[in-house]
Amino acid sequence: MKLVVLWTDATVWALVACAVAYAALVLRTPNLRASWRKVFRDAPALSSAIVLALCLVVTVADSVHWRRALPPAAGTPVGAPVQYEPVTRSALDAALTELIESREVTYSRPFDYLSFTKDTVSVNGQLRRVAPRLLHGGVHLADPEHQWKADLLARGGIGLLRGLLLALAAGALLTWLLGRGRGTGFFETAGAIWRNEGEIPWRAALWTVVVVGLLAGVVTSYMGWYHVFGTDTTGNDVLYQALKSIRTAFVIGALATVATLPLAVVLGIMAGYFRGWVDEVIQYVYTVLSSVPNVLLIAACVLMVQVFLDKHPEMFETGVERADVKLFLLCTVLGLTGWASLCRLLRAETMKLRELDFVQAADAFGVSAWRIMTRHVFPNVAHLMLIVTVLDFSALILYEAVLSYVGVGVDPSMNSFGGMINLARKEMSRDPVVWWSFAAAFGFMVTVVLAANLFADGVRDAFDPRARAFRPRLMVPKKSKVA
Amino acid sequence: MLPYVIRRFLYGALILLGVNLATFFLFFTVNTPDDMARLNIGGKHVTQDLIDKWKAERGYDKPLYVNDAKQGVERYTETIFWERSISLFELRFGRADGDAAGDIGQEVARRMWVSLQLALPLFVLQVIASTGFALLLVMFRHTRLDFWGVVTCVVMLSISSFFYIIVGQLVFARMLRLAPISGYVAGWDVGKFLLLPIFLSLLARLGTEARLYRAMFLEEIGKDYVRTARAKGMAEVVVLYRHVLRNALIPIVTSAGSYLPYVFLGSLVFESFFGLPGLGAYVIEAITKQDFAIVRTMVFVGSLLYIATYVLIDVAYTWVDPRVRLS
Repeated sequence: MKLVVLWTDATVWALVACAVAYAALVLRTPNLRASWRKVFRDAPALSSAIVLALCLVVTVADSVHWRRALPPAAGTPVGAPVQYEPVTRSALDAALTELIESREVTYSRPFDYLSFTKDTVSVNGQLRRVAPRLLHGGVHLADPEHQWKADLLARGGIGLLRGLLLALAAGALLTWLLGRGRGTGFFETAGAIWRNEGEIPWRAALWTVVVVGLLAGVVTSYMGWYHVFGTDTTGNDVLYQALKSIRTAFVIGALATVATLPLAVVLGIMAGYFRGWVDEVIQYVYTVLSSVPNVLLIAACVLMVQVFLDKHPEMFETGVERADVKLFLLCTVLGLTGWASLCRLLRAETMKLRELDFVQAADAFGVSAWRIMTRHVFPNVAHLMLIVTVLDFSALILYEAVLSYVGVGVDPSMNSFGGMINLARKEMSRDPVVWWSFAAAFGFMVTVVLAANLFADGVRDAFDPRARAFRPRLMVPKKSKVA
Repeated sequence: MLPYVIRRFLYGALILLGVNLATFFLFFTVNTPDDMARLNIGGKHVTQDLIDKWKAERGYDKPLYVNDAKQGVERYTETIFWERSISLFELRFGRADGDAAGDIGQEVARRMWVSLQLALPLFVLQVIASTGFALLLVMFRHTRLDFWGVVTCVVMLSISSFFYIIVGQLVFARMLRLAPISGYVAGWDVGKFLLLPIFLSLLARLGTEARLYRAMFLEEIGKDYVRTARAKGMAEVVVLYRHVLRNALIPIVTSAGSYLPYVFLGSLVFESFFGLPGLGAYVIEAITKQDFAIVRTMVFVGSLLYIATYVLIDVAYTWVDPRVRLS
């Protein structure tokens, strides 16, 4: 077995490491800790954080890749280099092997045991059009017409039960941990959570865990027996594609926003602090950049990247590596073209800050410009960076679909929500409609984007009090006590 | 005021020069004309003769920036950079890279009107619908209507525009047969083809805009003059429509203005989904055919429109708001 470190894998791991480092910083810094507490005081933000954390687990699991060694062919001399399979697998693939291997011939409806398309077969010498049995979906049923419903119900019920047990176990663990922290008994803590007492709305978090647990329990209990979201035109399981797409969405959302940061932060603070010709030049550069309509600029850059990749096919061993480099470069392009708005924001904020007394005082003490910018200005604009990053995250996931449609998105061989929608577009004009791939893409994408949006709103509210205007507020006095 | 306007125009021209330089670098230096030729001719048997012929047909057979074979000014004018830049600024776009493709300038001129037919009514209706919805929410602020309105907005803005298009085409065109799925005709009959794209586009952008405008209204409502108006005993409706709406329109129009370039460029996605032969669909076709000449031209046209819009908005501000003029 050979570990394959793809470009995006490395960056995903680096980002996770950065996130851990940031979390450590938050725990050490009282005012950051207070702001993040404020984020999680918001029930939608807390619930979304749980959903996003689960997606992150999928992403990280899908970011460990390897290639298995092939058994040596007959007649190879001892000591010859080991050959590896052309297929690159990830930890997620290993967990979902049954989905990968249960490949059908073509379309099939969710939970169905018959193929969607009909074949001509001869029955007793007569030619008849019948839908053949699927190769994997519901293949364990001997007499599907009678057993199918009962089997579905039984498996669903077991799945629900399993999911519920899992969720309850998670809830109990949480209650126990909370109780230990607060120094209250288990049932006392459970009661407090049920009545939604305390600062953090744990009840909402528990409901989220229960809902996610039930869904996951049901889906996993059908996995391998039926195709929960059906299969696509080449017979691949749609659920598998949707799960794989989560990583693509996360990589684009996270990597592309992070890629904007270096340029935006350095240039924005420099322009705001130095003023004069530095400011003029930086303003000129970002005005040029933002005056080209975004899609066109990205399309132009990606086309050029494509030509470059076509010219150098020898650089990549497998198709996966090539698609991955393309994704990495796409994120870089998005980062290099998208820093103008954050830069403008940071410049304006720095201009305000540099007139304040503490910066003036530091200047009077002879602190160097570099040190003022890093120690005094940067920490005071970092919250803007955070807010813009989380807000852009969901926008980029949506944007990926547009780019894939235009033809400058991720590689077609890579699973992504944009690619799924693109295929679904043709399927939806078939008659009868092939709706399941589209529905799966819709469900997963809306869940991810909605969670990202709600989380971003929570972060924005906590770090920028002026943004509260985006929130609806009921004038009914709330019962919840603020600890 | 005149010096200010002239300064704005000159700065706009300077930006356009920058755009031109950046796109030229991207299209000709990152990948040389030889690479483009090889990609465009395709196939395995690409000889240098074929490449040279391809380049000569399209006028790419000169040095990029400096022509060492010539003397004097011609050292710089007999280059691809000079010829391409001059022809762009004169709005002569030349031929497309594809073999059968025609003149880009004619295409742009023809397709611009199609894009305008879709985008102009859309732009106006968009501002009206979003402002109207936001005003409704603000009128019932701090009530359940407002709460669920904002929740709807957040859900709506989390849905990709493709879902609106695909579901909309399925429901309204295929099932209810209220409008044709896609297509285009010249003349007044085009209305029925524009109905669905306009409606779905409105829906797709409503969530984002209504929520933004609502926040803008609320910010305006917190200001002192509103309290004064209420203290005078004015009815809430009058306060809202006569005072708040007028003042909040300034930031609203500014943020809507950033959408104006697309009024001409057209919406990439909607045009190609609904088979409207506008500029947006043109760009998508060019990208799929990897026709770099069209993409390069469209980048230039797009930024030209963008810069023109912004200069016009700036100039309009100096006219509307005297404070800008004085500073």
